[in-house]
Amino acid sequence: MAGDGSVKLIDEKGIRLDGRKVDELRPVNIKIGVIKNADGSAEIRMGKNIIIAAVYGPRELHPKHRALADRALIQCFYRMSTFSVSDRKSPAPSRREKEISMVISNSLASVVLTEKYPRTTIDVYLQVLQADGGTRTASLTAASVALADAGIPMRGLIASVAAGLINDKAVLDLFDVEDQKGSGDLPLGYCPVLDEISLLQLDGVFTVKQFEDCLNIAIKGAKDLYEIQRDALKQKYTDIRAEVEVPVKPKTEEPKEEPKEEPKVAPKPVLKVEKPKTEEPKPSKDDKKEVE
Amino acid sequence: MGDKYIINEIEKDHILSLLEQKKRIDGRTLDGFREIKIETNFVEKAEGSAVITIGNTKIIVGVKAILGTPYPDSPESGVITTGAELSPIASPYFESGPPSNAAIELARVTDRTIRESHCIDLSKLCVVPEKHVWILFIDFYVLNHDGNLFDAAALGAMAALATTKIPKVKVLEDGSIEKLEEKEPLKINHYPVAVTCYKIDKYKIYDPNFKEDRVSDSRITIGFDEEDRIVALQKGDQGTYKPAEIMEIVRESLNVSKALRKELMKSLS
Repeated sequence: MAGDGSVKLIDEKGIRLDGRKVDELRPVNIKIGVIKNADGSAEIRMGKNIIIAAVYGPRELHPKHRALADRALIQCFYRMSTFSVSDRKSPAPSRREKEISMVISNSLASVVLTEKYPRTTIDVYLQVLQADGGTRTASLTAASVALADAGIPMRGLIASVAAGLINDKAVLDLFDVEDQKGSGDLPLGYCPVLDEISLLQLDGVFTVKQFEDCLNIAIKGAKDLYEIQRDALKQKYTDIRAEVEVPVKPKTEEPKEEPKEEPKVAPKPVLKVEKPKTEEPKPSKDDKKEVE
Repeated sequence: MGDKYIINEIEKDHILSLLEQKKRIDGRTLDGFREIKIETNFVEKAEGSAVITIGNTKIIVGVKAILGTPYPDSPESGVITTGAELSPIASPYFESGPPSNAAIELARVTDRTIRESHCIDLSKLCVVPEKHVWILFIDFYVLNHDGNLFDAAALGAMAALATTKIPKVKVLEDGSIEKLEEKEPLKINHYPVAVTCYKIDKYKIYDPNFKEDRVSDSRITIGFDEEDRIVALQKGDQGTYKPAEIMEIVRESLNVSKALRKELMKSLS
């Protein structure tokens, strides 16, 4: 992470390579319920990052001796897909992935009411489909939404975003190129409701003043991100309501049809298989010859 | 470090009631360190080594230099890799097997302090660009765990690197490399140190012993270079911090780092 000046990451007007201002988040889109089998799930798109979070649990933990007598264990599994980066990522779990899984688990454990589910595990699977810098923070952001989607009681949502240093200045939410060419990176996990920091890491070179600037800009960014998380969760219920409310018809005036007739209506096929236009499906004589 | 080992409540209450009076179970002040001892060149066969003790915590660090190929994206840079083992020799709570999450975290946080401080000029470790570079393996073995492994590992790593000598080499006509008997010391540009502040309830302490380490809610390890800049930071465990608290810890830890560096330099001179 050498801070070389070979690429101009911010222009004179303070605009970055992707057109953002220094304290602006990348476009964020969070979708709830993307994995139907999971108890809760979320997909986050943040810049070019695409990450899926799926929650299973609380459920029984194996091996049992790892279970905690007084609370649930939170286990995150952060994994990068082999095709998520320019070079092929080896499918074997790296030390980096293990460390990230651990810091995300710790951060989530600070808000989940784990004491409600003693001796169980809450598993959070995080699959990075495309990586563009800041995957650990985007993963944590998606994970906390997925936990909320699973209906797991929490003291608050965690919003997570990184700040970094470019030309010695604090910049919010670095994308891939900025992350590599900039001179520092400070991922933050923050719960706006509780004003608590539960994930904090850093690499690069920061003066104490620069560190403070980055911390402040990241907290502000996390607060913005929190609103998007809330909207995504609300959207889920807006969608459900729309689904339920639209086909409201006055039931009394409709003449009741015989219930026996209904099963006769064949469900509309989703996949239309087009049959060949030849009208006669009868086998021709030529076909017969071939069989013989 | 991940799952907490159970410490009995009486002991925890005792630690807390003492902290309330700004005292600790072994009589130290809240930021008081135990005695630090560093012994270098402990292992002859390693290119560099050191045994560090802080109180009863003991870690041995060895550096091996191996010729290898550079990463394709940095063909003119040597490579540093770190590994840590929390061997069962050091504590009844450690188990044998592949590196635990705690070991991985210890290695990677220490790695960041060394790497991001640029205390070693990686370009000097290049022998033939794209073909041959020195790979420095910095490996830690915790021999006795009595708390504060992060600070000890970083001090030990810098002490081991400071005494590392790398063989001189000759490039032969066919492009292969011949190692010579003569060795030259690895150049260290400056000495980063890591300082960990542990939080127990609302109290902050430095250099915890094993029991304090176990009852702590969380910790923040910060790597500082000689110009008082932050080069690495890691918040560990499940506790949380208010933003102002973080800044307070940064400033306090910076002062501690200066004292630690003084200890390190004293033992190296």
